[in-house]
Amino acid sequence: MKRLIKLLVNDKDYELAVEPNQTLVDVLRYTIGLTGTKKGCEVGDCGSCTVIMDGKPVNSCLVLAVQADGRVIRTIEGVEADTGLHPLQASFVEKGAVQCGFCTPGMVLSAQSLLERNPKPNEAEIRTAISGNLCRCTGYQKIVEAIHDCSEKMTR
Amino acid sequence: MSEYNVINSRAPRLDAPGKATGRAKYVDDMSMPGMLYGAILQSPLAHARILNIDTSRARSLPGVKAVVTAKEAGLIKYGVSPARYDETLYCHDKVRYVGDELAAVAAVDLETAMEALSLIQVDYEELPAVFTVEEAMAEGAPLLHADYPRNISAEVHQEFGNVEAGFKECDLIKTTTFVNKRQDAAFLEPHGCLAEFDLFGQLTLHTSTQVPHYVMRTVAMVLGIPVGKIRVVKPYVGGGFGPKCEATPLEMSACLLAKVTGKPVKMNYSREQVFLHSRARHQFIHTITTGVKKDGTLVALTNECHLEGGAYTSFGIATVYYSGSLLGGPYKLPNMKYDGYRIFTNRPACGAQRGHGGVAARAAWEQQLDMIAVELGIDPMELRLRNIMSTGDVTCNVLDMSSLGMKECVEAVRDGSDWNAKRGKMSRGKGVGIACGFFVSGAGYPIYRSDTFHSTVVIKLAEDGGTAQVLTGSAEIGQGSDTTMAMIAAEALGVKYSDVRVTSGDTDLAVDLGAYSSRQTLMTGHATKEAAEDVKRQVIEVLAQDLSIPPEDIDFKNGLVVFKNGTVDFSRVRTRYIQEHRGWTDPPTGDLTFKEAARMAFLAKGTIVGTGKYKPGQLGGKHKGAAVGTSPAYGCSAQVVEVTVDMDTGKVTIDRMTDAHDCGLAVNITSVEGQMEGSLSMGMGEALFEEVKFDSKGKILNANLGEYKIPTALDMPNVKTIIVESNEPNGPFGAKEVGEGAIMPTIPAILNAVYDATGVWIHELPLTPERVYRAIQQAKK
Ligand code: FES
Ligand code: FES
Repeated sequence: MKRLIKLLVNDKDYELAVEPNQTLVDVLRYTIGLTGTKKGCEVGDCGSCTVIMDGKPVNSCLVLAVQADGRVIRTIEGVEADTGLHPLQASFVEKGAVQCGFCTPGMVLSAQSLLERNPKPNEAEIRTAISGNLCRCTGYQKIVEAIHDCSEKMTR
Repeated sequence: MSEYNVINSRAPRLDAPGKATGRAKYVDDMSMPGMLYGAILQSPLAHARILNIDTSRARSLPGVKAVVTAKEAGLIKYGVSPARYDETLYCHDKVRYVGDELAAVAAVDLETAMEALSLIQVDYEELPAVFTVEEAMAEGAPLLHADYPRNISAEVHQEFGNVEAGFKECDLIKTTTFVNKRQDAAFLEPHGCLAEFDLFGQLTLHTSTQVPHYVMRTVAMVLGIPVGKIRVVKPYVGGGFGPKCEATPLEMSACLLAKVTGKPVKMNYSREQVFLHSRARHQFIHTITTGVKKDGTLVALTNECHLEGGAYTSFGIATVYYSGSLLGGPYKLPNMKYDGYRIFTNRPACGAQRGHGGVAARAAWEQQLDMIAVELGIDPMELRLRNIMSTGDVTCNVLDMSSLGMKECVEAVRDGSDWNAKRGKMSRGKGVGIACGFFVSGAGYPIYRSDTFHSTVVIKLAEDGGTAQVLTGSAEIGQGSDTTMAMIAAEALGVKYSDVRVTSGDTDLAVDLGAYSSRQTLMTGHATKEAAEDVKRQVIEVLAQDLSIPPEDIDFKNGLVVFKNGTVDFSRVRTRYIQEHRGWTDPPTGDLTFKEAARMAFLAKGTIVGTGKYKPGQLGGKHKGAAVGTSPAYGCSAQVVEVTVDMDTGKVTIDRMTDAHDCGLAVNITSVEGQMEGSLSMGMGEALFEEVKFDSKGKILNANLGEYKIPTALDMPNVKTIIVESNEPNGPFGAKEVGEGAIMPTIPAILNAVYDATGVWIHELPLTPERVYRAIQQAKK
């Protein structure tokens, strides 16, 4: 039996009928069409499906759509500003933090959430904040540099 | 300052903004109207005869559109090397590993497809299975493939020089046996694909692959469709590292189901299925003997290797050759003997993974070199320097080091890591280790025997002259090849980086063998450069005629026309251009631009299209297997790793890594560093944690990214990357590989550092706390 839920995703209201076993990531990707949120494992191990729910980063593959009813959600599509790249995205581009890019949306959201809580994190804090986001390509170094760079630019 | 305008810089990647905003499309981000969902039935048993497959209940489930088995698919054999085509799309007589494919279903949604799979009834007669090299080679062991006695899927025997005579001259001979573990590539994006036939029978397959060209050929062969009727398109790919280098049952099933149903069919592997499909790093068991003189001069090496290969050959023939041939350098070694055996077992098939075939061999040998250095009382760095090869040297197995900054790499990491102050001088539990390595810049020969070009590239100018579009079949899989090609094209054509666009990964555009063996910078790069030069020549010809000056007097740089012999009156050209573009907003001023010249060329000749192509010349020796390991060029690297070992728990922490790599000319400096950092991270995972584990029935125990642990941001230290540039005569602008060579020294440098910290040699991976702790305890006894 489908259930009706409401989501506020990137400032837009959605009213959706979802199956009780449908995950948030699937609803975002396949029902709403926000495919920027990636799916690398579907069991909470990789962080590529990270979205911000009520201000906190969550693995959207571990959240049932019905559990997200009434919540406020930000996906990677909600990060880009009207004027272009968000400073964090600009730092990722500039510092070479993007290779295959599959981890990137989740990384950017984890990093954004960190900078919202802690605008001037040190390296250990950055590494801890993204430790739930696996990246097989970069060795993390340029990702850490990009987050640091953005923090510097935004707090200058 | 670089002599170049575009290359050898830190130009931002072309694909990064799209990827950072979630706009970049990967295959599972695509959908098509009326699309069906496919799923594959896989064997729950490691070895069994198939008695009967009953699909009737699955077929009658509402929502199911097709069920296919070997009956529908046929029994055409395929694989990677034509010499060992040993797979059929679906099993018909028996299954050979847990995960072997039996059938596929297409349905209106994934849930229905999965339910249909559960309704397929397969009757098996279970057979005894073999899971290790020992079991598989034992007298009377059950055979996976009847034609391969003792389950040997491939064997290699090579000798260069005279090993026996060599050993007679030696003052010290050392033998060790080294074992790594089966690995998973653990790219973040599981394989996926979307296949569609149009109403004229033309197939388009969108797929997450490293090799659109080979996928096209395999699909054509297995499904009996002419190559010209298949288009394989690679959207953005979330990492490959080797296992996405071959056509998968997923891809072929999607194509077959699309053919049968007439509808687009989407399929994905789950993470568990990525592990089951595998095609990743083999387990290698190396027994290596090295003989040296008192002063450390290398004289002879014998290398015997057994590879636990899994149920099919996949890339294995190349792998078993590489694990011998890649010890030919980077040290001067006159005598080398290799005996390699790749063994079938009832486990998923192994294939290629970053540093193909050479990573375990390199680890084994570099560790042994350190043991020898310690025994002779020579600093390990010094031992390496005494034997090091340099530009122009040719290995005993005929690999030509046309450029080799190996010595420079060793010196760079020695100085960059403060080696002299640290080695042997740190407190107990802390240590530092060194290792070197090298790798091919593209396989010298295609996987199938052919005189084909390895890369062709088309460059097309927009009609306004302002944009050059590079069309290539090469595969951007995250390594940055699109950006590299844009930079090479811009440099060779003399335009700005921002005026080049790249469309890639599509078999309709051009021929390219794809992203494997670290080949694209050199090979696709050559073809791109040649295509850009072709375009340039055409534009210059028209301009020279328009201006009545010799073509040799004209050049392009950074989007501007350069007249080599002083000022030229180009007012007629400019006026004509402005008239052409009357009403446009940006009438050019100042120097004549490439854009104006290119518009003139369009007016004279129509669309300007340039083409380029590349294939290596005759390479390597004449011995059997000479094709594997030969390459137009070799990259090389040295690494120093610093570790802390907790002597009470055995836990190894990597504190610092210093890596120097000779990539020829670095086309994109940031990307080169990125490849180095990523390689080190993968090597570190393999050294410390990674191991695919099985139960006693051949089922994977850790087929997920929680229990199969890869490095996180907390495991990786910062890496000091040092780019050593040489000028590779066979590379475009002197460029060569970095993508795989950089992983070579990582594992042995860690092993050697652990010895420095603990005084214990460990010859088995991964260095889990338990293994290290036991080794330390053992040594105390
Ligand atoms: S897809 Fe959600 S954590 Fe991996
Ligand atoms: S960039 Fe590929 S997984 Fe992070």
